Amino acid sequence: MDVLKVGGKELLNRLFLGTGKFASDALIPGIIKASGIQVVTVALRRVDFDNPQENMLNYIDKDCILMPNTSGARTAAEAAKIARIARACGCGNWVKIEVIKDNKYLLPDNYETLRATEILANEGFAVFPYMSPDLMVARQLRDAGAAAVMPLGSPIGTNRGLRTKELVRILIDEIDLPIIVDAGIGKPSEAAEAMEMGAAAVLVNTAIAVAGDPVGMAEAFSLAVKAGRQAFLADPGAVKEYAEASSPLTGFLRDEE
Amino acid sequence: MNIKVNGKPTELDQPISIQELMESRGIKPGEVVIQYNGEIIDKTLWATTVLKENDDLEILRFVGGG
Repeated sequence: MDVLKVGGKELLNRLFLGTGKFASDALIPGIIKASGIQVVTVALRRVDFDNPQENMLNYIDKDCILMPNTSGARTAAEAAKIARIARACGCGNWVKIEVIKDNKYLLPDNYETLRATEILANEGFAVFPYMSPDLMVARQLRDAGAAAVMPLGSPIGTNRGLRTKELVRILIDEIDLPIIVDAGIGKPSEAAEAMEMGAAAVLVNTAIAVAGDPVGMAEAFSLAVKAGRQAFLADPGAVKEYAEASSPLTGFLRDEE
Repeated sequence: MNIKVNGKPTELDQPISIQELMESRGIKPGEVVIQYNGEIIDKTLWATTVLKENDDLEILRFVGGG
């Protein structure tokens, strides 16, 4: 059995689902069931009394692991505060650190993310930092006690795919923690690409949520993640510069000159 | 009596508990988490915590997010 051990849990499904941007949150239970999703991210916000919405947790299977994010945080201190509130809700000790000050590209602040990771790992959280793929920072996150490292594939919500591939590949090679590609993955083939090179999991939200058929797209992602993982485990052959015949180069049906 | 609820100044006619305030707004325990003057307050204390002048409540819940 191919099990992903992370944050004190054992997972069989390596597609993590983000729950933002769905036209209807009522789609989410069907996606979780059809794709066997085990890890789901949520955000914490003030209740809007003028426009009350149902609690997102009503749509998430009780067996799922919740990974509240710290979206909205601009500093480590704000992220830590959000994480503590989320844990007080009784939803476990996982937290996705998201510290963002840049509103155009939504790129994470790696420094504040590292600070938040140090603080929260010390408080017993399973910390999943969303980060710009940088080897030195990834090492520091590992040393600070992160449960995994979550580099971005491309900016959040862009569906631009695995543009950071070379940097993510280095993290996979060098960091002895699960590397979970988060953000920017737009198509199942890109999720498979990440898994083929050894990512431990991928976190997908926008690509599923904004698809014409979110349930169908989630299933496609789930299959791609499984295919990519199986390919990684099967050890892909080497990439070569020149052709190498697949058929024998002897016994041709012609007379040799 | 004036308090703050999610950053908005709010006037109360009479002293009421957190529980009564939540009921008046249609919020059930288990749906939200409350920060009372900066500290998380357990829902078992909602009924016995009576709001007073200048109290600051943050009523929070989980929403969809990536």
